[in-house]
Amino acid sequence: MTTIGHAFRRVVRRPQRAADAPRAEIATATPTAAMPAVEIGEHDPLLPYLQSASGAVDVDALQLESSALRELRSAGVKLVIPLVTHGELIGTLYLGPRLSDQDYSADDRRLLENLAAQAAPALHVAQLVQEQEAEARERERFEHELQVAQLIQQHFLPLTLPQPPGWSVQAHYRPARAVGGDFYDIVERPDGTVAFAVGDVTDKGVPAAMVMAATRSVLRAAGQDEARPAELLARVNDLLQADMPPRMFVTCLYGVLDPATGHVRFANAGHNLPIVRTAGGADELRATGMPLGLLPGMRYVETDAQLRPGDQLVLHSDGIAEAHGTGREMFGIPRLREVLAGAASGDRLLGDVLDALRAFTGPDWEQEDDITLVSIAWHSGGLLTSFEVPSEPGREREAMRRVADAVAPLGLPGGRLEKLKTAVAEATMNAIEHGNLNRPEVPVLVTAGVEGADLVVRIRDEGGDRPIAITETPDVAAKLAGEQSPRGWGLFLIQQMVDRLRVTSDGRYHTAELVVHLEETRHA
Amino acid sequence: MPDRLTALLRADTGGTPVIELEGEIDRDAEGPLFAAWEQVPAASARVVLDFGRTEYINSSGLAILVQLLARARAEGREVHVVGLTDHYREIFEITRLVDFVTLLPDARAIA
Repeated sequence: MTTIGHAFRRVVRRPQRAADAPRAEIATATPTAAMPAVEIGEHDPLLPYLQSASGAVDVDALQLESSALRELRSAGVKLVIPLVTHGELIGTLYLGPRLSDQDYSADDRRLLENLAAQAAPALHVAQLVQEQEAEARERERFEHELQVAQLIQQHFLPLTLPQPPGWSVQAHYRPARAVGGDFYDIVERPDGTVAFAVGDVTDKGVPAAMVMAATRSVLRAAGQDEARPAELLARVNDLLQADMPPRMFVTCLYGVLDPATGHVRFANAGHNLPIVRTAGGADELRATGMPLGLLPGMRYVETDAQLRPGDQLVLHSDGIAEAHGTGREMFGIPRLREVLAGAASGDRLLGDVLDALRAFTGPDWEQEDDITLVSIAWHSGGLLTSFEVPSEPGREREAMRRVADAVAPLGLPGGRLEKLKTAVAEATMNAIEHGNLNRPEVPVLVTAGVEGADLVVRIRDEGGDRPIAITETPDVAAKLAGEQSPRGWGLFLIQQMVDRLRVTSDGRYHTAELVVHLEETRHA
Repeated sequence: MPDRLTALLRADTGGTPVIELEGEIDRDAEGPLFAAWEQVPAASARVVLDFGRTEYINSSGLAILVQLLARARAEGREVHVVGLTDHYREIFEITRLVDFVTLLPDARAIA
């Protein structure tokens, strides 16, 4: 079957070449009068005849029921020389009568046949080059269209995200290569509330990008004076529906958050449900409705949720839940909820989700659809204190006391508080001595705050340009035997006193981040 | 800078020398601590460190306690410890200092 199909493809292509090739050659033979090109039809018996002809074919002498042959005769063609290379007829050379009006001699024919034998491979190469150029142009056009779609899409995503005091808003957006139609938008409204939208346009490429751009614009415009999510979606649906291309629609989740109270109102037009991650787990907020742009006059239902300090609202698109793993199973909403429930809180949450996705899909995964992830996190209590202490020995006690006072409202159990105090004192001592080299004028900055379900204390010195000394794990026996310095307890103690110690340097500052999980504390 | 630690040597009812540590054990504790240790009678094979009035021990203070334990070992003396708060008792455990002292249950036990 393959052989027949291949042969047929060649036959189909041949007439076009046969029509292109002769024009120039006829002009050579009869420089004064160009002949019209003669096309040989796909099913014309002249084709197989020329394919198998051993040399120049005398048109007048040929006995064949062929319309092409008739056309050639009436056009005054006397000789046809098939151009054959590798058994394939790639063109023909048509010659009119000799200018001397004599018949073509045997020498003439030999000369022409030699010419054809040499011209055929060259012509074949030229044809291949032409084909490749055409393919390259087509590829380029496709790539260009892809770029245009990406540009449109990127242009309609927010450059900056509002960060209401006490909240952290983050988004991760990664388009699939073939540009889907994901979008998100988060804007602060004039009344101080924050409107958020996540959506997905069916279809891909430029059309999807255009619809995405239109939807985002209409959403934003309507959001200026409509704070009720259900009414807003109804209005946007009517506006979009009139102009929506056939078979296209947009899923969209739209909501409004009051950062002062944590109250969220939202409505859903067929999009993935938002997930609220709390200390107790990660749960979807239910809300359903028809996608935008399908039918006019749709009504949507407003749903609300009350977030508490430490809670985190997560919006997402199909690209995550519908990603396939190495075993072809889908990532799925239950797994996403599981990952969210166990993920780090605050700003690290999105990274944890993406890490989990990467682990699930494997390293060779080609992203199937756009990925959009938005996190709106309420710091519980936010910043509790921020102060500086001069770099003088003994000042760590001040840092310890002030942090202890600041975190008092959290009600840490006594043991946890004592441990934190020791950790703060040790980290501040390190900052004073090793970071700031006991220079009183160089301050140590101490901040403490609640981030998600964590209490985070940061102690910053200005020794970021020096590498942090690696200390050996203290061993009392070795110390007593004089094999290890009696000192070197600081870092070890800090590590033992808090749930996590993270040390970072940025060239100027050096920061020790002490993390205490508040939930474990409460359960302890 | 005034010493933040007062180390007072007394003897308990059984005649065992007790060093009462009142205040903060940090890098400045070396002087008072070792001064008290010097006064321990030469014949005493057992010395009690009483942390009942110790408010704060930091890593520098731990280093000095390690030096003291090294000296006690060189002198062939046992060190008993009493009066640690739960927090500092945990630190003695985490640092394995407990392996080289004898923890007494309560300050009243030796009073």
